[in-house]
Amino acid sequence: MALDLARWQFALTTLYHFLFVPLTIGLAWFLVGMQTAWHRTGDERWLRLTRFYGKLFLINFAIGVVTGIVQEFQFGMNWSAYSRYVGDIFGAPLAIEGLAAFFVESTFLGLWIFGWDHLKPKVHLAMLWLVAIGSTASAYFILAANSWMQHPVGYKLNPVTHRAEMTSIAKILTNSTLIRAFFHTIAAAGLTAAMLVLAVAVWHLRSGDTALFAPVARIALWTTLAAGVATVLLGHAQGQLMTKQQPMKMAAAEALYQTQSGAPFSLFDIGPWEKHPHKSLVSIAIPHGLSILATNSWNGKVEGINDLQAAYTKKYGPGNYEPIVGVTYWTFRIMAGVGFLAVLLALVGLGLARKPGRLERSARFHRVAIVGLGLPVLANLTGWLFTELGRQPWVVQGLLLTRNAVSPTVSAWEVGLTLVGFTLLYGVLAGIEVKLMVRAAKAGPDRPGSYDAVLEGDGSKVPRIPALTY
Amino acid sequence: MLLLASTHGYWNLQTLWFFLIVVLWIGYFVLEGFDFGVGMLLPLVGRDTRERGTLIRTIGPVWDGNEVWLLVAGGATFAAFPGWYAGLFSGFYLALFLVLVALIVRGIAIEYRNKRPDETWRHRWDVTLSLSSAVAALLWGVALADVVHGVPTDAKGNVTASLLDLLHPYALFGGVTFLALFAFHGSLFLGLRTTGALERRSHDIALRLGPAAALLVLGFLVWTWANAVSVHDKGLVPGVIPIAAICLPFAAVAFERAGRPGFAFFSTAVSIALLTLTMFLNLYPRVYVSSTNNAYSPTIFTTSSSHYTLTVMTVVALVFTPIVLAYQSWSYWVFRARLGDADAADVRSPLDLLGRTPLGKQS
Repeated sequence: MALDLARWQFALTTLYHFLFVPLTIGLAWFLVGMQTAWHRTGDERWLRLTRFYGKLFLINFAIGVVTGIVQEFQFGMNWSAYSRYVGDIFGAPLAIEGLAAFFVESTFLGLWIFGWDHLKPKVHLAMLWLVAIGSTASAYFILAANSWMQHPVGYKLNPVTHRAEMTSIAKILTNSTLIRAFFHTIAAAGLTAAMLVLAVAVWHLRSGDTALFAPVARIALWTTLAAGVATVLLGHAQGQLMTKQQPMKMAAAEALYQTQSGAPFSLFDIGPWEKHPHKSLVSIAIPHGLSILATNSWNGKVEGINDLQAAYTKKYGPGNYEPIVGVTYWTFRIMAGVGFLAVLLALVGLGLARKPGRLERSARFHRVAIVGLGLPVLANLTGWLFTELGRQPWVVQGLLLTRNAVSPTVSAWEVGLTLVGFTLLYGVLAGIEVKLMVRAAKAGPDRPGSYDAVLEGDGSKVPRIPALTY
Repeated sequence: MLLLASTHGYWNLQTLWFFLIVVLWIGYFVLEGFDFGVGMLLPLVGRDTRERGTLIRTIGPVWDGNEVWLLVAGGATFAAFPGWYAGLFSGFYLALFLVLVALIVRGIAIEYRNKRPDETWRHRWDVTLSLSSAVAALLWGVALADVVHGVPTDAKGNVTASLLDLLHPYALFGGVTFLALFAFHGSLFLGLRTTGALERRSHDIALRLGPAAALLVLGFLVWTWANAVSVHDKGLVPGVIPIAAICLPFAAVAFERAGRPGFAFFSTAVSIALLTLTMFLNLYPRVYVSSTNNAYSPTIFTTSSSHYTLTVMTVVALVFTPIVLAYQSWSYWVFRARLGDADAADVRSPLDLLGRTPLGKQS
């Protein structure tokens, strides 16, 4: 019971945190682009856009920060057996993240928000670059920790201390799983931010502010296309590696029970897998599709769940080594399907943009683009659900089972109490956040001329750009 | 490095990391201490939402960077002493949950307060900020006192205490001491960072808070010393550190009276640092104390990471800590200008800023 509640709590707090993280990373780079463009061209429109999207960035960033503390603390709170077992390895990337990345992000963000009228423009721009670099580096170290759980490297098992111990920090920071996961995640962050920028831009196109938002919508569409294609391709590369490193996860993602050569790629399948694993109610598949995707060859052999279960029982002893197939199968499909939809949406938008004025006037596309903001959010959530649930019953692949990772001294009612507490608190915060976001997005940027130079007492002209908030 | 490889005495990586983590906690308490203080004092120093907005602005650019000290302290404990991190965080489960809620609410209050130009909205966030700052300060004091005083454990060092076990008189006294000391520290900070009526009121409150905070620190450290001798059979060595921690808040009051607010603020900062150091010195080499049986207390040697991991983390810390200190100091330097009545909380257009003299003119 405590185990289940602790798992629900981890899922809740982690997924919630990850609603905000991709937007922080992706939007930081959008802001860098806009403010750099202002710095280079002196065009006030870029300044207005930087500050407008900057406000949305800050509303989002606030919740990302405060929920991040929970992320770091709950390993010790709910998963103390896990923390003892892997702390020698897992703690290092987390500590390095704080020291080398998060300090940079927080300190320079403060300087950026409040430094508009304190710092020289060039220095002020550098602050934003550092925020973007810091948040991206942050993702690298956190994914280093997670990738080690998917594919443990650079460690040995110490028979005296009964735990995994680090033998090479270099191997942990260059884990092949990490490299692919990092670029896939960053591309997804770019996609998420691009679709937010797009949704907000078309909202203002509806009210006719084309001078400012028509170019932004185009940039966002091109970014959506590029980031979408990159996310799909990098995800594919990650999947191929996963087939080798975590074959059970990929077999479950395909609901593939029997090892097959020339395995078909299932497009749509309805179980009930858990009870009658060999029967499907509905099944649509592309012949040989999975073999091509997973192994790059027409008749490549793909291992099935049944054979993997038998092999794992032999290797690790009796037990059930299958993740929940239905969840793994569908989260994978939703994630990938949504990625393709995002690319499609970008192509349609770019098609409209080829004729002058059509992108600006197409009310139908505007609605689609605004609703489309939900797509990357859905993909981000299902992506994490897939990769974490697909690894079950392991918390560290092949080393530690999830049921052995939970805190032995924390009772079910304590976990339940904090689960209810976090759920209520996070729910309230989500409500406030969404309202503030919509409000700020609708309010639009400052009027042209807001930052015009003001005559100083000594006759010199000084532009007046106030701090972003407070 | 050969010397550092031993697992007893003082010359080892475990001791180095114990004190590095102490430094991180000191950084957190000294910096976030005045953040908490500013939050708690909002209703006392600020008369209306406008003034309270100016007060919040004194910590606006830096509070988030200050809080990272806590995250790094947590991360460093995880990396260097997994057993400490796991035992403490699961053992102080509900107390930490309350701390987390307070910190989350507090961060959101600071960040969201000015996102709407609405009096009621702002007032609600101000109340939230005051309460959550006070709760967080109180809980940190309680927790630190508990860790040193001892909590019930099993033979493996797993904490078996309930939330109520953590709330005994000594721990509560520690909580109130932290609360008062942080409030005093915050009032001195506001005295340095504001002008006009806000500065005057900050000084008045500092003079009223100071003696109470100083007496509480005195009482708390005497009690800690009595515990150390009677319960843990441990002297507080070296004595100069706790004695300085006791004297400095009194010195701060004297400096404040003598019109030397800079010295006063420096005194409370050093006092918080030495108070924290005293507590950890009392703890060393244990990482928390078992009140069931002192022999059950986990130590830096039974909870630490491998020699390899500690070496890696030492290199990382030596490279990055000076850089962090450099740019954080620079950010305080950038925002050193005092804020006063003219610094309206509601800076909505450039015209609002006409009355101000910005620090760094763009030319």
